[in-house]
Parts: sequence; structure tokens; C-alpha cells
Amino acid sequence: MTLDYSAILEDRYFDYLVSGAITTFSLALAAWVAAIILGLLIAAVRNIDFLPTRWFCIVFVDYHRSVPLLVQLFVWYFALPELLPQAFTQSINRGNPEVFFAWVSLTLYSASYMSEDIRSGLRAIPPGQFEAARTIGMNYAKMMRWVIFPQAWRLSLPPLVNQALILFKGTSLASAIGVAELSYQARSIETQTFRAFEAFSLVTLIYMVGTIMIMFFGDRLVARYALKRG
Amino acid sequence: MTVTNEDPILQIKDVHCKFGNFEALKGINAQLEKNEVVVVCGPSGSGKSTLIRTLNRLESISAGQILFEGRDIYEKGMSVETLRTKIGMVFQSFNLFPHLSARDNVALGLIRVLHRPKKEAEQTASELLASVGLGDELHKKPMELSGGQQQRVSICRAVALEPTVMLFDEPTSALDPEMVGEVLSLMKTLAGRGMTMLCVTHEMGFAKEVADSIWFMADGQMVDRAPVSDFFSGDISDRAKSFLKAIH
Amino acid sequence: MIELLEQYGRLLLVGHYPNGPLGGLAMTILTSLLCLAICFPIATLLALARTHGNKTLARFYTGYIYFVRSMPLLMLIFWIYYFLPYVLPFSLSPFVTIVLAITIFSSAYLAEVIRAAIEALPKGQYDAASALGFRYWQTTFLIVLPQALTNCIPGLVSQFILIIKETSLGYIITFNELTYVAHELNKILLVKPVEIFTILAISYFVLCSGLSQLGGQLERRIARGRLSNDSDQ
Repeated sequence: MTLDYSAILEDRYFDYLVSGAITTFSLALAAWVAAIILGLLIAAVRNIDFLPTRWFCIVFVDYHRSVPLLVQLFVWYFALPELLPQAFTQSINRGNPEVFFAWVSLTLYSASYMSEDIRSGLRAIPPGQFEAARTIGMNYAKMMRWVIFPQAWRLSLPPLVNQALILFKGTSLASAIGVAELSYQARSIETQTFRAFEAFSLVTLIYMVGTIMIMFFGDRLVARYALKRG
Repeated sequence: MTVTNEDPILQIKDVHCKFGNFEALKGINAQLEKNEVVVVCGPSGSGKSTLIRTLNRLESISAGQILFEGRDIYEKGMSVETLRTKIGMVFQSFNLFPHLSARDNVALGLIRVLHRPKKEAEQTASELLASVGLGDELHKKPMELSGGQQQRVSICRAVALEPTVMLFDEPTSALDPEMVGEVLSLMKTLAGRGMTMLCVTHEMGFAKEVADSIWFMADGQMVDRAPVSDFFSGDISDRAKSFLKAIH
Repeated sequence: MIELLEQYGRLLLVGHYPNGPLGGLAMTILTSLLCLAICFPIATLLALARTHGNKTLARFYTGYIYFVRSMPLLMLIFWIYYFLPYVLPFSLSPFVTIVLAITIFSSAYLAEVIRAAIEALPKGQYDAASALGFRYWQTTFLIVLPQALTNCIPGLVSQFILIIKETSLGYIITFNELTYVAHELNKILLVKPVEIFTILAISYFVLCSGLSQLGGQLERRIARGRLSNDSDQ
């Protein structure tokens, strides 16, 4: 076997790789941002002392953590369009339904894990912190804004970085519902050129660059902001 | 003890406090005069910490009445936040905010609660810390400070809001022995400036030297309330005597 | 949905067994158990490589963990299933591919769990062992591993759940596990996607959520045991 990267770096296949990489990175980023917002929201609603909302949050989180991401993608892509109003489905189909449902699935999946990370960050704050904030005359909102939240996000940072990593790699499963991201393109190039090593090694390399970037910047963030406590 | 004609700052009237079925306070009566320094002592589980925590409403009472400057602290229109800015509190475990520097810990209440301008608050905080010998540690995070330094910062955090009363909940119990002195001497300085103080502590040397009265509690009851001279000359209950013997 | 289950429930549970190949949920569980059984000793050795104190071994460990963390499982499956046949005289079956890929991956994650448990042991345990004159392997097998691995049991359950979820990737290379069987069924029936994928999701939900409840209980029990041990001392 001789290696020949030029065969797969010609215009057409190079375009495959570039568009695959763009899809992978933007899907991961879009889902990550949405997941953080949704994760915060779930964590907040989960703490409200009202049984129906609490149970909804528990089941929601448990579902997304217990069912394989691939199956969640299938449920959204194959099953839910049947249940959604037709007008809605049609408007999605006019765009790119694969990417849309992949984004929804990845967001819900990641948000469920993140909400638990945020909650354990909150739980890790000792009761004394709440009391100290109260004793200097802070009301609930000020206490949360100036004392609790700044600590909670620092405590949640390491698992949130890890979640970003899992999410980035998880985008590869979107290929199963036909999203033309990196691993989808790796297979396309391989089946068209029979150059498996070249195609896979390039794509693996791009994934590694992405994950190492996340780990590197994540570690720097954690080192900079992590809370030191005795 | 300074004798004045003013009303007591704190009046505690038949206060009860319950945790589930456990009655932590069983009808406490006491009062704290302006400029008075009181040491509260007693065996563990006697309710002394609970008592001072009810005074700024960190614990709720189940019966009785607490008057601060003559007003019921549970009265409608009495803002609990305002009450707490007037009653400073220092905890056994410091409870400094770990994400903020020493200076920012002290300045936080001034900025966010009393709405002082940021620059001015930071200036005040720096001066206050410098006056307790922490002028070189302004920008350190709590974890970079020793226990004694942390406790001094936390006293400054409370004092910064210029409270009328200071509550101390075993402020030296979590400290290594060699650091107890620096905290006690700061408390002594405060007392010397006329600060009204209520201190839960086992430091009987401090009590003898600084306190005006001693409150001795056991089993959720106020067993003795005596001027400091009477307390140490033995004019007290047998329970207090055996307690004193045990801790020496 | 009941009708669907009556007709195809058996297919989803065991595939065509006993008249044909095993598949479905049974295949998912058996494959997962096999993966876990292979992972466990490998992960233990990896963790020991890290904690042994030898620099080369520790570097190998770190490299391995980073390698696994930096690549999607799907890419590893591609390498094994689509690339290896170009260089090997034979190709690997979907079953072998999945077991191999998951083992390579999960060994790394499980090794991290075991390493943490070993490092969490009080230093006094090592001092006591050397005071008794134990050598490295004696200390490891008589003192360290029995304690560390017991404390790992909840981690092992979590890893098992992860593995079960990962076997669903078998679908991509037509491995006859639950997700693949359900997907094929959907392709044949065409008109019942809602029912089929609901059943599929619920199956995983019941299995994995149940296991994680069990893991939580084990964790609490072990934590209690540790607490009472501490207070005995």
C-alpha cells in the first residue's frame, strides 16, 4: 500500500473535508451554547419546590442520560416529525432537517448532563457561604448574583469543559441521520477513492485538533478560574 | 460596664427555638446594653450558637420576642436585610468568599448592599484591613491567608458596614493555637472602641479581661447571667462551676 | 403499540434465536457484558501502570488516555471495520469490531476510575503494608486492589451503562444489536416509526436508568461502610 494524499486532496474531496469540518465545528458550537443556556434553566427549574416541574426535570434529565445519543437522534429524526404539526415539519424540511434535528438532539442531550454538573456545583458550595452573604445584608437575588453564582460556575467549570469535549465528539453520530459532517465525509471519500487510510487519518487528525484545542483551553480556563478552598 | 439611661440594644424575651421535635432554646430572657461586651459560654449543645443566630434571624424563633433598638425584629416593615447590616456576625469557620480577594470580601457589602461608590468602598476596605495589620494581603485570596488572617478579614467584613452590635460565634475555635491571640486582640481593640459585642467563646482569659458580663447556658436555658467579677469569684450556679472546672 | 410488541417483541428481544442468529436486546446486553469483562483487567493494569511510579509506564498511560479522549468512538470503528481489511488478509466481523472498539475505549475511561480509587486510598495503608515487609506485588494484590476495586463498584456500573449505550453504534456497521434490529424493523414496516422508536428508547431508558439507580444504591452503601470504618479507627 502506498500513501497518496494528493488523490484525496484534489478539489472535490478537499471541499468535502472543509465543508465537513465546518459542519462539525459549527454544530458543536451551536449545540454547546444552547445547551449551557438550557442546562442553567433546567437546573433552576429543578430547584423550584413544585412537584410537577421537579418531576418533569428529573425524567427529562434521566431520559437523556439513559438513552444512547444515536437513539435520541433517531427518535427526533424518524419519529417526532410524525407527531409535530405538518406546517412545522414542512418549514423544517425546507431548510436542512438533518442538521436541525441533530442540533436539537445534541442540545437536549448535553443540556441534561450540564444541568447536573451545574447542580452539583451549587451543592458543593458550603451553607456557610449562603449564611455569610445573608449576614452582610444581602437579599436572595444579590446573594445569588454576587456570592453563589460566581462560585458555582467556577466549581462547574471542569465538568462543563469535559461536556464540551463529549459534545464535540458526539457530533460524529449525526452522520447516522445523514448530516454531512466530518465522519460522513470520511466515509464518502473512502467509498469513492478506496483510500481509507488517507481519508480516515486526515479526519481523525481534524478531530484531534478540535479535541486538543478544547482540552488545552479548558485546562487554561480551569487553572485560571478554579476555586481554591481548604 | 457603661451605665446609660438608653434602652438596651437587644432585648430577648422568653425566646424559644425548635428544630423539629428538638427544643434548642427553652425560653431565654436576656438583654444587651449599649457598649456592653458579653461572653456567652456553656457546654456544647447548650444552645448558645442558636441563640446568637436567632438575633439576626439566621434561625427563626418559635415563640417569644426579640427587640433590636426597641423594635421587634419580626415586625412588619422591618427589613431583615437592614437588620443584618446593623448586626455584624463573625463565624467559627470564617466563611470568607473564596472567589474574592481580601479587600473585595470587605468591600462587597459596602458596594452591593450599602451602594457606596466602588472606589470609595475599596478605599475604606483597604484602610480597614491595613488598620488590622493586613495592609500587605489586600489582593490575596482567602486560601492564601492563614486562619488567623482570614478571621481578621472576616471581622473587617462585618465591621465595614458599621454595625451597632457584633455577634461572634466561636471565632477562635477553628484556629491553630498560635493564631488565637491575634484574633482576640483585635476583638479587644473593638471592645475598647466601645463596640457592643456578644461573643460565644470558651476563651475565659478573654472573658475575664474584656467582658462586662457572662451568660452561662445549658440545655437551651439561660442558667446564669452575672457581671464578670461575680462570675469568676464563684457567685454562680453549681453547673457553671463544674463547667468552669472542666474547661480549665 | 401493544400489537406491534406482540408481533415483533420477540425479534427485538432475542433476534431470530433459536432458529437463527441471536440479536436485539439480548445481543446488546451480552455484548456489553463481554466488553466489560475484557475491559476490567485491562483497565486495572493500565491504572497500575499509572500508579506504579515508573515514568515510562506513566507516560504510556497518559498517551493512551489522551489518544482515546481525542477521538470519537465512531472514527475508531471506521478504522477497524473499513480500514483494517485493506491491510489484513481477512476482515473483522461487526461483532468483533464493536467489542474491540468499545474495549479500547472503555478501558481508558475505566482505568481513570480505578486510578482515582487507588489514589484515594490513605497513605497509611502503604506504610502499614511496608511495615509488614510486603513487596510491591503483595501490597498491590493484598492491600491496594481489594480496597480500591471495591470502592470502584459504582464506577463499574456507570461504565456498564456507558458500554450499553455505545453498543448502539453497532447499527452503523450492521451489527445485530437492539438499535440495528429496531431500525431494520422500521425499514420493513415503514408506517410505524413513532411506535418502534418509542419502544426502542423506552427499552434503553428502563435498562440504563434502572442500572443507574442500582449504582446509586451501591455507592451509598459503600460510602456508609467507609464512614463506619473510619469511626471505628
